[in-house]
This record gives sequence, C-alpha cells and structure tokens, in this order.
Amino acid sequence: MDMMEKLEILTASAKYDVACTSSGASRSGQSGSLGNAVSMGICHSFAADGRCISLLKVLMTNGCIYDCAYCVNRKSNPTRRAAFTPEEIANLTMQFYRRNYIEGLFLSSGIMRSPDYTTEQLIAALELLRNVYNFRGYIHVKAIPGADDVLLSRLGLLADRMSVNIELPSQESLNRLAPDKSKQSILKPMGLIKSKITENSSDLVKYKHAPRFAPAGQSTQMIVGATPDTDYQILNLTEGLYKKYGLKRIFYSAYTPVVEDSLLPALDTKPPLLREHRLYQADWLLRFYGFEAKELLDEAAPNFNPLLDPKCSWAINHREQFPVEINRAPYETLLRVPGIGVRSAQRILKARKAGSLDFYALKKLGVVLKRAQFFITCKGKPLEGLKVGEHTLLRSLMSGQELAKFQLPEVEQLSFFDDSYMAALPEASTAATFGKGV
Amino acid sequence: MFKTTALAYTYDGSFEGLLCCVFESYEWKETPLAIHSDGDGQGLLLESKWIETDSVKAGRVLRSIPLKISPEAEELVRLGFWSNAADKEMLLLNFLYLGFTHGRKVMNMLADDTVSALNKAVQQLRREGHHYLGFVRFSVYGPVMAAVIEPRGYILPVIEDHFCDRFQNESFMIYDKTHGMALLHQPGRQAIIPLQEWTPPEPDEAEAAYRRLWQGFYNAIGIKQRRNDRLRASLMPKRYWKQLPEMNGNPPALPALAARQERTARRLKSGQRELQ
Repeated sequence: MDMMEKLEILTASAKYDVACTSSGASRSGQSGSLGNAVSMGICHSFAADGRCISLLKVLMTNGCIYDCAYCVNRKSNPTRRAAFTPEEIANLTMQFYRRNYIEGLFLSSGIMRSPDYTTEQLIAALELLRNVYNFRGYIHVKAIPGADDVLLSRLGLLADRMSVNIELPSQESLNRLAPDKSKQSILKPMGLIKSKITENSSDLVKYKHAPRFAPAGQSTQMIVGATPDTDYQILNLTEGLYKKYGLKRIFYSAYTPVVEDSLLPALDTKPPLLREHRLYQADWLLRFYGFEAKELLDEAAPNFNPLLDPKCSWAINHREQFPVEINRAPYETLLRVPGIGVRSAQRILKARKAGSLDFYALKKLGVVLKRAQFFITCKGKPLEGLKVGEHTLLRSLMSGQELAKFQLPEVEQLSFFDDSYMAALPEASTAATFGKGV
Repeated sequence: MFKTTALAYTYDGSFEGLLCCVFESYEWKETPLAIHSDGDGQGLLLESKWIETDSVKAGRVLRSIPLKISPEAEELVRLGFWSNAADKEMLLLNFLYLGFTHGRKVMNMLADDTVSALNKAVQQLRREGHHYLGFVRFSVYGPVMAAVIEPRGYILPVIEDHFCDRFQNESFMIYDKTHGMALLHQPGRQAIIPLQEWTPPEPDEAEAAYRRLWQGFYNAIGIKQRRNDRLRASLMPKRYWKQLPEMNGNPPALPALAARQERTARRLKSGQRELQ
C-alpha cells in the first residue's frame, strides 16, 4: 500500500475525533531542533466542513479489537485497514511541519492486540519524534483506556495534551453501544493524568528543568445524538469533569451515522449540528461567563431551546435581574447580559474609566445592541424608543442568521412560535430530536 | 485640533516621514486637510506641502509618545502605520493630537471615533498577522524554503519573530508580494529587505509529492455530512486560497456565495436606480 492510500485511510478514520486545537502549551524554539508551541493555538487551514485543521490528525492503525457500535473502526465493520510505522509518522509530521502545513501531530489509534501494546507503539512514534528528530512542536496523544499506569506516564511526558474520550455521556449508553468500555475504565486514566499533572506542577516549583507532563492539560469528547441522553445530563457531566478532573476542554461531536446498527439512529439521519452548537455555547458560559449548569437547564426543561442561545434563554427567565446599568455594573454582571461578551465587557470596564457611556458608545465597543438593548440602561435610561413587548423581544433575540446556517426551522415552526412564544420555551426540546432510530 | 489649513502634506511614505508631518503640524499650529504619501498619486486637487524626512525631528516626536502618552500608545501608532486603513495618516495624526492632550487616558477612550477607528485598524492588522501564522506555506527547495504571501496590511514585522523562533535552523524567505518586501532568515541572522519581484521556482519531485500528500490529507479530513462552505470561507477567506496548495486546482464550488454576490449586485443596481 503506498503512502497516499495509507494517509487517506488513517485520516478518514481519525476525522470523527473533534479536538484539533493546538492551544495551552508555550515553548520557544531551540537551536538544533525544529518547532515551538504557541499557547493561543494556530489554525493552519479549514476543512470543507469549516473545522479548523491545526494538527496532522491520524490513527496509528484503524485495526481494532473492540466492537463499539457507533465507531467506524469497529472490529465487525468491513472497512479497509492500514497501519503506519513510527518512522512514517515521524517523517510525515516533520515534512508537513517544516512547510508550515501543521502545528503538530494528533495521534490516536485503534487497539492493536492490547491497550498496553498499542500504547507502546504510540510511545515509540513520539520518542522518535522528540528524541531523534528533535521536534518541539505540539503533540496531542490519546491515552488508551486500560493501559498500564507506567506506560501512560511515559506517554504524558512526550505529549503536550492527552485525552481520553468519554464517548457517551452515561453508563447506560456505554453499556448499550460500547460494551467493551466502562465508565470506570475511562475515568481511571483521566484521574491518573490529573494526578500526574498536579504532581508535575509541584516538581516544577522545586526543579526548574523537571520534565513536563502534558503541559497543555487533558481534554475529552462525547458524542451527541447517538443515545437519548439529555442536554442537562451532558452539561452536568461537563461541569463535573471541569471541576473534578481539571479538564482543559470538552468537545462535543454531533453524531454522524457511519455504520448501520439497530441500536443507532438510521444512516440517513442528519448530524444534530444545532444541538452541538448550543452545547458549545453553554460550555463557554460555564468556562468564561461564571454560569453553572443548574442555572441553564433543569429536570423540567432538560434540553436547550434550538431557537434561542442558552444565555438569552437564561436572561428571559431571569428578568428580575435586569436591566443592568452599564456605567456601574461589575464585570460579572455585565458578562450575563445577552449581547455582551468577554471582550466587550472588558472594553466597557476600560472605557468607562474615561467617561460615562451611552448606547452609541456601546456599539463602538462591539456590544451587540440588537440583543443587549432589552437588558441594559445607560446613565439610568433605556434605549430611546425601545418597545419591549414579548413579541419583539423574542423576535430580536432569535438569531436569524444562526438558524439559517443550520437550515432548521420550517416556516410552520416559526408561526407556531409566534402564537405561543413563552409557552414554547420549556418544550423546545422537541425540536432538538436526533433521529428516528432512538 | 489646530486650525485647518487648505493644504495637504506629502511625505516619503516612511514612518519617520509621517512623524515629521506630526512635527510640522505642531510647529505651524495647523491641521492639514490630508496627508499623502509620495507614491500614491493623490492630492492633485489640493495644494500640497512637501515634508522632508528629518530623523532628528522624527526622533523627537517618537520619544515623546511613550513619555507623554504611554508605551502602549507607541505600539498602537506603529501597528496603525502598518495597517491598511484608509487615510491612516490622518487617523494617526488625530490620535496623537488626542494623546498629547489627554495623556495616558487616551488609551481608555475606546468610544472616541478616532481611538475606536485606530483600534479597529490595528485589530485587523493583528488578525491578519495571526492568520498568516497558519496560512504561510513554505516550499522546500533543497536546503532552503520560501513562501509567498499577499497580505493587505504590512504584517512581516508582526510574524517575523514567530517564524524565526520556530525555524531556527532553517534558511527561509517569506516574500510579501503586496508590499514588495521579504523576510530573510538564516541560522542566527534575520532581516526584512525590499524585494520588488520574485517568482518561485518549479517544485522538485519530493516537494510535489508532499504537496500531494497534504492535499490528500486535506480532502480526507473533512466530514462530508457536515459540509459547510460558508463557514469555511468566513474562517479562511478566499483571498488566502491562492497561496494554499490544498485549495489549488480545487476551484471552490460555492453556489451559496455566488448567489449572495449576485443578490448584492442586484441590490446595488436597484439602489442606483432609486438614486436616479
């Protein structure tokens, strides 16, 4: 099999892994070696699906001894199999990196023989890159659940970021679709990575040149829409993982049917992209906006409204907390206003040192007045001529552009919304269904 | 700030030259109607005054910026000069008027029209610079590598340190076709020099093979069911595509965008009709 064919097979098998970020590690270049790492991360290209390409994302092999129902590489799927040698991976990474095609390598693998054997192969490739080719660029590597602690520790010293995929948000779903994996087998390596990172950070205080263990932290991903789990379950899990395991990022992957299985949504099901988008918005609210999962969703309304972003939904249900006075409100309060983001909140703080702000000024600071206008006052006054009827409020908050992008609601849905806007809010979960097969 | 005179300033297009325009304005207590650089062939309608570049005057203005405003203001002015904002000279002059009047406070006046416009221009330059950290594509010619870029702003100094640090052992060139400048690097040495013209040589067999592999990777990584041309074009604008091997020979099938452009054109036309 020639290199091109191998690359195509092993890329196509890796593409459902969402993470392609190269952020979180900062390392300057060195004479005699190639590469550095930039903490904000750099996108080198964008694929036809609009996703950032920053790493050479490939599998070591797509052969696998497991049989997870949702996975394209499952044992029982009759697909073409291929494998890279450590030399081939190292060479390709160096050649692509030199041409500035990529920011580094994302290496994962199907399970060959055993988790330990697979991890040894990953270590062999990374050792070659780091120690023989002197590569100082970014490396993201998958920790294989079930591998020995010693092997995982060695892997972590070679990589910038490690990840273990949660895959499915609940034990029941795992039982159903990934019978070879258990919640425990996934959480165990996560816990190990976390303790290694903590241990390492105290070593670094003592010894400046202590080798660094996964300096860009760990991440995970879960598949959305293959199982009946609700957004509320997913978001709670997300919050727990950020808090307990100190994860850097959690990625959501709208389930794209790749294999036929009676337990899965039908093959012609469209990936629930809008639902994935709402989860990412909520994820941002947890990480940067000081929200908690229980503020955004609850048992009664366990799914996000497809027509409103999570922050607007929250604001509409908490109107007692508004309006907010732009010239006095603290940073945390500003962040909760729809239409004000981290950047514009920071700009407001800075700009009001130089003088009080009016609506015209806010526009220049990048505040999205279309949404913010309903929730703020400037110098004690609301926007002149603003009418706040329920109807105009919801109309303005629903982002037409966003909806058009996902080609979601048909005209009927909108007119339904017109009639009973407020009533529609808690039930909106219906529109986020994800396939007939469930 | 000063009384406006019915004059334009013309300068040699250098940063120092512009600083001398600032000096001139303060010396004569006059605000010009416009400032043109030597080569841009504008200002024929206005009577214009030639401002000679004088490094002593320029040095005085430059030193006063961190002293009387702030070090951040100096960086903003430098970056603003590299941006491709329309009428950036007048923008910078107005910013300096404000800065010399209000001191360091000017950096907080984000709602002021001048400050906001300058910040936008600099933001745009920085964004373009960041884009190019990813979108520069080197071709390897034996022991050396070269890349061609066509940026709107003058971003070579913005990306210089990044590439020189990353490729410390390489000898490479990044040629900025728009501005006729090139960043040259050899281990231990780097410089940005004027370079009017340069055509990349044909790739050898090894180079062509890696480009094909990269194209193969690019095509394999996208998920068919999630195809989203608009999203791609907004994250990686089409003006960059020309120099990207993965987008070459791969003419964009963008019916949505084409349709939108046509709509815009139609709207513009009907707008003109209304005006008549």
